[in-house]
Amino acid sequence: MDYAANLAMTLPEVVLGLGAVALMLVSAWGGPGSTRVVSWAAVAVLFGAAIALTGPAGSGGVAFDGLYRADAFSTFAKILIYIATAVAVLMAPGFFQRTSGDDLRPEYPVLLLLSAAGMGMMVSAADLLTLYVGLELQSLSAYVLASFMRRDARSAEAGLKYFVLGALASGILLYGISLVYGFSGTTQFDGIADVYGAGRSMGLLFGLVFIFAGIAFKMSAVPFHMWTPDVYEGAPTPVTAFFASAPKVAAIGLGIRVAIEAMGPALDQWRQIVIFAALASILLGAVAAIGQSNIKRLLAYSSINNVGFALIGLAAGTPEGVAGVLTYLAIYVAMTLGSFLVVLQMRDADGQPVESIVSLSGMSRTRPALAAAMAMFMFSLAGIPPLFGFYAKFAVFDAAVKAGLFPLAAVGIAASTIGAYYYLRVVKTMYFDEPAPAFVKGDEGPLQGGLIAVAAVIVSPLGYLTIPLLGAWSIAAARALF
Amino acid sequence: MLAIPAIAAVACLFLSANAARWTALIATFIDLALGIVLWTQFDIGGPQWQFVEQGVRLGFFGWDLGIDGFALLLIMLSVFLMPICIGASWRSVTNRVPEYMAAFLLTEVLMIGTFAAQDLFLFYLFFEAGLIPMYLIIGIWGGANRIYASYKFFLYTLLGSLLMLVAMLYMAGTAGTSSIPALQAYDFPADVQTWLWLAFFASFAVKMPMWPVHTWLPDAHVQAPTAGSVILAGVLLKLGGYGFLRFSLPMFPEASGQLTWLIFALSAVAVIYTSLVALVQADMKKLIAYSSVAHMAIVTIGLFAFNRQGIEGAMVMMLSHGLVSGALFLCVGVIYDRLHTREIARYGGLSINMPRYAILFLFFTMASIGLPGTSGFVAEFLALMGAYQISTWTALLCTTGIILGAAYMLYLYRRIAYGEITSDEVRGMSDLSTRELWLLAPIAAVVLWMGVYPESFMAPMRKDVAVLLQRIDRATPVSDSRPTAGNPAAAAAQAPEHHETPGEAH
Repeated sequence: MDYAANLAMTLPEVVLGLGAVALMLVSAWGGPGSTRVVSWAAVAVLFGAAIALTGPAGSGGVAFDGLYRADAFSTFAKILIYIATAVAVLMAPGFFQRTSGDDLRPEYPVLLLLSAAGMGMMVSAADLLTLYVGLELQSLSAYVLASFMRRDARSAEAGLKYFVLGALASGILLYGISLVYGFSGTTQFDGIADVYGAGRSMGLLFGLVFIFAGIAFKMSAVPFHMWTPDVYEGAPTPVTAFFASAPKVAAIGLGIRVAIEAMGPALDQWRQIVIFAALASILLGAVAAIGQSNIKRLLAYSSINNVGFALIGLAAGTPEGVAGVLTYLAIYVAMTLGSFLVVLQMRDADGQPVESIVSLSGMSRTRPALAAAMAMFMFSLAGIPPLFGFYAKFAVFDAAVKAGLFPLAAVGIAASTIGAYYYLRVVKTMYFDEPAPAFVKGDEGPLQGGLIAVAAVIVSPLGYLTIPLLGAWSIAAARALF
Repeated sequence: MLAIPAIAAVACLFLSANAARWTALIATFIDLALGIVLWTQFDIGGPQWQFVEQGVRLGFFGWDLGIDGFALLLIMLSVFLMPICIGASWRSVTNRVPEYMAAFLLTEVLMIGTFAAQDLFLFYLFFEAGLIPMYLIIGIWGGANRIYASYKFFLYTLLGSLLMLVAMLYMAGTAGTSSIPALQAYDFPADVQTWLWLAFFASFAVKMPMWPVHTWLPDAHVQAPTAGSVILAGVLLKLGGYGFLRFSLPMFPEASGQLTWLIFALSAVAVIYTSLVALVQADMKKLIAYSSVAHMAIVTIGLFAFNRQGIEGAMVMMLSHGLVSGALFLCVGVIYDRLHTREIARYGGLSINMPRYAILFLFFTMASIGLPGTSGFVAEFLALMGAYQISTWTALLCTTGIILGAAYMLYLYRRIAYGEITSDEVRGMSDLSTRELWLLAPIAAVVLWMGVYPESFMAPMRKDVAVLLQRIDRATPVSDSRPTAGNPAAAAAQAPEHHETPGEAH
């Protein structure tokens, strides 16, 4: 295969990489004044990368001698990643405008672009080395983003914490990779799958456990979730929204790829790990969220909880299960970005952001439309029909039941009642409690309101109309792996 | 029929308080008119499923609607009570009226949808979605302890129905279809049936509610606004009974047969225990809520009697209870609006200064007890007669419940309406206004109609009962009261309680 064909297949990453470099130059010369231009240019670059997916990059097959794979699965995940990243770019200006001291600098969209390129590599990885490089590119951008508000102690703490723990996880992952390479003699997923199919050895098993531990850290599944609430609380809210959406999609997509493509024959081994991580995430995410008083921490535990549900689909280990996970992720991204967009609207009279749940009190009277949207996101995250979040849970549980995992489905579903409690608490605060001082309206124009409205429409019952499309697309994406 | 309240609900959100009231009232009346048209068009004795409407399939579920006799009657109940609910909250709800009306209309859509759904998952969708507006109604417009009550209501019912969802997923996966009529004809293996039955039971028993998972009901009733209580008692509780009728019995006949003992035991406990609890209540709404639990227990007994009388009786009981307890809650609401307390001890002697109110209240009290000539009598008589053929003991125990029911209802009435007026505030209460009279009078008329000529209500479901009986016939549990013909002595020896049956039968 000639070089041009390889490049055509990796076009989205090429577009993102070149775009990021060019925009970095613009921001270096343009200074802080160029933020607005760079932001919109970044959105355009993301859009361009999405367009590039329609070419050979969408279904081209293997590139660079088996290092990189472009198939329907990676396309699905990449589209989600690009959308989430674009929203993260767009929601930032309103937030930074109002926080004292730190303005939004043009590095922000550039870092997001680099992170998106890394995430694209992750979901396209067909080799342990591509996997690692993509993961590190994404993570390094994320560490910087977490501490983006340099003068804010919490933000700096979040960045440092994320970095130290992330480095540890990378080490664990790398150790697993070296074990697998040592015992199988290859880093390519296909070759590893053959070795796993041929027989078992202790080294391979250890490698598998370490690799899953490293990936579980990135997707913040229990028991590797400890960093999540702190980082989510400390990081600037748009960055938190980004962390809760795109990197989750990438990490789970990567997990699926490794589990199915590289370790498919060892299903019985990793299924135990995935089931444990799923149930532990659901339970811990639900129970620990109850005591939270900060909305960002609450949403952090909610994201842990949601990862658990997504993993239930992976535990099924079937194409339906993987399709369920993809559907779940698509809907989850809409719900979680919507919730964070509402959180961004929470500002006190001075324009400073507030994050306590109590300050939402009585929002249904002061800002009825915003409260209604938030209530929809909360009910949807809790998985109550007729909102679209129900279909997400339905898809993964359906797959689990069809794969014969009844106890898993039953326990998971029972635990979602616990989760419903804290989502309900937010609704209760907004609707039943006496009004707190109203949030001041932002002046960032109709953009944020429009984004909230779009997210609300997606999670509303109208979302069901997309099921034929979403279902067909996700199953096609899932079949690409098997 | 679904579209009208849905559109009206959205419209209400953008209107002022008064306009929202009128919009809601008109929308519910249109739906009532459509319901009457539906009833007159319904072909009694025709095909089992009528007005079938098949829409798009969206991945896992299809928009399949259609009704049989059971569904028709329950839809009628819903559309009949709805304008009354709106009327009941005309003056008593003053804050956030547009949202309130929207929530009610949404509830109506979801209830009708639940009864008309022909697809397993569509049913679940409507069934479960009903929680959201009810949660908001209790939580926003409820009494002092409303938040606790709304949580309890929401989480109890959610946990139950989620287990049902797992069972539904399994059923659809195994049978390869999620259409309810197709599943009703599908035979699951007997051991699987037991598990599926238990999962459905978890949901419907909470919704019903059966003892011992009934505790959410008194809290929810007490805290909900009057119209919320009416719709909760009138229609939402019926979802449980409807679920047993639509799913548990026809889809898992063997399991139903095997587990009848469980239903009978829980129901018998419920009838006696909750009746006793009702006797000592100091709060009017709580008392009526406990009486609801007792009445719903008679419904479950009738349903699991596996014979025509039992099932028809249970069905009439559901309709009758929907009307009567709804009316009783309205009666409570009427005096609550005047004195703002539900404490029984604060009232007394209302028959002196509120004669019209006293008469209607007496009528509904009698209907609740099951006085002949009212719908309650028809229902209790049929349900218990059906149960008697299966289990004399259960019938015996439940009949004591009726006596206890008379005790607590009459005791309530005596304390409220008779005696001397003791306080000035009670003396100052005015009699029913025209609006309130118009709320209660139609219910009274229908209750009488159902009591005197129940045939109108039994005809539409007769054929469905026959179909159901044919389906569950093979699993009918052995009766404990009927000696085998030609071998009476042996049968009597096997069934020790046999000797008391002749006396009871007449």
